[in-house]
Amino acid sequence: MNKRTQQNVMIKGTKDGLTLHLDDSCSFFELLKELETKLSANYQFQENDSLIAVKVHTGNRYLSADQKEKIKELIRKKKKLVVDDIHSNVVTLDEARQWKEENEITTVAKMVRSGQIIKVPGDLLLIGDVNPGGTVTAGGNIYVMGVLKGIAHAGFSGNEGAIIAASVMKPAHLRISDIVNRTPDGYTEDGHGMECAYIDENHQLVIGKLQVLKTHRPNLNRLEGRL
Amino acid sequence: MGEAIVITSGKGGVGKTTTSANLGTSLAILGKKVCLIDTDIGLRNLDVVMGLENRIIYDLVDVVEERCKIHQALVKDKRFDDLLYLLPAAQTSDKSAVNPDQMKKLVEELKQDYDYIIIDCPAGIEQGYKNAIAGADKAIVVTTPETSAVRDADRIIGLLEKEETIEPPKLIINRIRSHMLKSGEMLDIDEITAHLSIDLIGIVVDDDQVIKASNQGEPIALDPNNRASIAYRNIARRILGESVPLKPLEDEPKGFVAKIKKLFSVR
Repeated sequence: MNKRTQQNVMIKGTKDGLTLHLDDSCSFFELLKELETKLSANYQFQENDSLIAVKVHTGNRYLSADQKEKIKELIRKKKKLVVDDIHSNVVTLDEARQWKEENEITTVAKMVRSGQIIKVPGDLLLIGDVNPGGTVTAGGNIYVMGVLKGIAHAGFSGNEGAIIAASVMKPAHLRISDIVNRTPDGYTEDGHGMECAYIDENHQLVIGKLQVLKTHRPNLNRLEGRL
Repeated sequence: MGEAIVITSGKGGVGKTTTSANLGTSLAILGKKVCLIDTDIGLRNLDVVMGLENRIIYDLVDVVEERCKIHQALVKDKRFDDLLYLLPAAQTSDKSAVNPDQMKKLVEELKQDYDYIIIDCPAGIEQGYKNAIAGADKAIVVTTPETSAVRDADRIIGLLEKEETIEPPKLIINRIRSHMLKSGEMLDIDEITAHLSIDLIGIVVDDDQVIKASNQGEPIALDPNNRASIAYRNIARRILGESVPLKPLEDEPKGFVAKIKKLFSVR
């Protein structure tokens, strides 16, 4: 039988364009070498062809940012190819942790008193009040089951889709991403029940009834998973 | 083995020292052996309110720096038979003359001989506050029905809750003026307790006699008929574990007969 060595680089054409499948069991050095020869082979490109986007699948191989850059560079050097996306089945533990933290709800049952700060990477569910002078900050959404009298800052890492919801809204001011809204004078007189704050299409931080969330932030529903 | 209770508030002028003096006096009236500690080094006045100012020989700093024994520095209140003592603060040093470890050791030592140690805390959240709470088992937060005092009480409660050795603090609302409560010009009691969400251990009305008594060096708790005094005595009974219902607020007695009655009850 004609025994062929396992190919480390396979080029497949799909209806979406070219996909390079890189084997995940050989060394990175071998991979680069084979990629180099494969791509230098016999593809004929016309001078006036537009750039061709290729996807790279690395299977179960983890590539560092440096290695990704090397592959991108190598492919870019070859005539008309440009890397569109590098896809891998694996992520590092740190990335996975960070991803989990940013996507989970942290539940806190306490009063946030004057001078206290609660900061979470993901969503925050606070069971208790935020008193004047207290601050709650979250990378995602903030839900307060209680009276929000202090400061709330949702989406602190730049997530403008974040919302702030509270049983009773009497905030000193609200912040989503980097947009700040001081509650207008007189607004807090009685406090308003079951309200939420979000950034609308005019890039303004607005406060509305909880019911509007269904239309403005349909992806809050996690029943199907948000991924 | 006794227990140490720190009286604190964050804000100044809400009545920490008056409360300390009157709770100490009330507990002594109820037959407990009490030691008051003034930790407001440099700005002492618990001794003045107790009327013991001119009997101070040694003070807290002298004890900590071992210039004298504890019992030499303790000032005995002669109105009580061996039940009430005061450890005065130094007037010439400042808060940094003592550190929390020294306070802890001192309070531990006093707890062997006394039923209750009442620690009068200075205003603020700096060194003096840290010294005052170092040895405490329980804390009482004093506030008045003013937004600024409630805000500071909130801050102090937050700090106290972080201390693992101290039980959840209890609240005293001091200087309540019933006519302003009725007219809605003052924060009401429910509003304050809902905001701070800790147990209320007592409310004390604002009474002119309290100031007069402080100036004379006779804590108001010695007067059995004054309404502020009754409030303090009730708080003392609650500290002892009795369940005393909170009294509804009532105004000063009005009308002729009431005035005559009042006239006779005044010492």
